[in-house]
Amino acid sequence: MKTFDYTITDAQGIHARPAGELIKVVKGFNCSIQISKDGKSADCKKIFGVMGLAAKQGNVVTFTFDGEDEDAACEAVSEFMKNNL
Amino acid sequence: MNVYQGKSVFGGIAIGRISIYKKGEQQVKRTKITDASAEIKRYEEAKQTAIEQLQGLYDKAVKEVGEANAAIFEIHQMMLEDDDYQDSVKNIIETQQVNAEYAVAITGDNFASMFAAMDDDYMRERSADVKDISERLISVLAGKNKEKVNTDEPVIIVADDLAPSETVQLDKDKILAFVTVHGSTNSHTAILAKTMNIPALIGTDMMLNDEIDGAMAVVDGFNGKFYINPDEETLSEMQKKLDEEIEKKKLLQTLKGRENITLDGQKIMLYANIGNIKDIALVRQNDAGGIGLFRSEFIYLESEDYPSENDQFNIYKTAAEMMAGKRVIIRTLDIGADKQADYFNLGHEENPAMGLRAIRICLTRPEIFKTQLRALFRASAYGKIAIMYPMIISVDEVRKIKEIVEEVKKELDEQNLEYGEVEQGIMIETPAAVIMSDELAKEVDFFSIGTNDLTQYTLAIDRQNPSLDDFYDSHHPAILRMIKMVVDNAHKEGKWVGICGELGADTTLTKEFLAMGVDELSVSPGRILPLRKIILETDVEKYRKGLEC
Repeated sequence: MKTFDYTITDAQGIHARPAGELIKVVKGFNCSIQISKDGKSADCKKIFGVMGLAAKQGNVVTFTFDGEDEDAACEAVSEFMKNNL
Repeated sequence: MNVYQGKSVFGGIAIGRISIYKKGEQQVKRTKITDASAEIKRYEEAKQTAIEQLQGLYDKAVKEVGEANAAIFEIHQMMLEDDDYQDSVKNIIETQQVNAEYAVAITGDNFASMFAAMDDDYMRERSADVKDISERLISVLAGKNKEKVNTDEPVIIVADDLAPSETVQLDKDKILAFVTVHGSTNSHTAILAKTMNIPALIGTDMMLNDEIDGAMAVVDGFNGKFYINPDEETLSEMQKKLDEEIEKKKLLQTLKGRENITLDGQKIMLYANIGNIKDIALVRQNDAGGIGLFRSEFIYLESEDYPSENDQFNIYKTAAEMMAGKRVIIRTLDIGADKQADYFNLGHEENPAMGLRAIRICLTRPEIFKTQLRALFRASAYGKIAIMYPMIISVDEVRKIKEIVEEVKKELDEQNLEYGEVEQGIMIETPAAVIMSDELAKEVDFFSIGTNDLTQYTLAIDRQNPSLDDFYDSHHPAILRMIKMVVDNAHKEGKWVGICGELGADTTLTKEFLAMGVDELSVSPGRILPLRKIILETDVEKYRKGLEC
């Protein structure tokens, strides 16, 4: 299992479009990927879950990866977050 | 290819896609089902179709507005594929044994309220997206293609029947033709088609099913044929016919600017019937000498409540100004019978065609009538407005109308509101008015014969009943004699007579009308030039002597 925290810097937070982009990234991996904020956790592969967290600028979100390809997934998500959010 | 037969109300060819017109928005009904797995399969298929539709929209949007703006359609696709959403739908179908439409509607509501409850404006607005995808699914499940409603491509409207209040709401630029299963040749769909100059079939022997929605089709208004998914041969044959039609229309255009005068020098006025201010463009394109019938009821049918004096004034003023000094004959409120506006609260009638309608409403509720008259008189300061009163049966009614008109004029004078000279005439559309036409002619400035109602009342045939179409003879000698009688009585008093019913456009009677001495024919804009062609080729004197037929 791998995990990392990320502080949202984008002014609009994880709104619909970046949520969609994030899902496109994680869909390619087999491992389970959770995203959580303030103790609320959601499946990172489900758009309603990700959007439901309503993560905004300054919020800290935690990603948890569990499964075979967790290393690659962790790297891809971390890359995506830095470039987009 | 499937071929159906209908009755044609307007010749012409239309080639395009079918759009099934359904009454109002579909309400989602909860129905019990027995086979949950079959229902889930229905849902899965609908979801796939919806995703494909969204992909189409996405591709289109990328080209037109760029990737960033197109992304919303991708998000919508993801929402449809979201496991929580899908599980909820399936769960409701299975546990409650209900139809997929209902399960989607409930799921959509639940997810939308989740967003609506968020403390973030942006996220709250996302509930609209959830509703949107849910409605899309329901549309697909109900067999209605959501895309087509928003299409820019003109379509062939296929419906069970269309009520006047429905036809006024249709975007006229997007209609190639009408095909209805019910309705008679005198229905309002038919009248609308004639005004718009587009082919229409009624009483078509087909079953309405959602599978044909969006299918390619051809309407042949000359032979009353409706081809769905036409084969290559039919398509190319029809395309050829369509091209010929366009060529013919071009030839008629050369008649623009010519006087309506017969070979032996008899003149006649050719005016246009319109149902909406938007039709004035067609009036001008077709070189009408004026407007012979402006059906003011559209203003009432398109409103949720009684239209105000100012709203009406602006419409009449625009019409007067656009026609630039040419005569604009506006028929006062002709509502009731088959034209209903809810806010009139007219109540149920056993026999509405003979009920509280047209002038009878105006005389019963003078305040509604006065509002319209005030608007009409005020507009007369801006052009040549004439007023025409429908459904008259007696001299006494005309005198009552005149009293109300005098009151209106007095009020306008007191308020220093301008108005011009206004000609006032009546529709001759009841047998009583025909019989009394000698006396009525003394009271008014002109007559306009409404042949549709006159025929209906004279022959005692309901014009909305398609099963009576075989009995309905629009050339019945009784009608032709009546027209002759009205013309003679009007001329004795030095008044002019027009025909504004469908018969006026009947080219097989044009020579007969000229021989009778009819002064004006008011027809759908598209019929003006074909009539002018006949008039220019006619020698009335020879026709009278039986030398020409």
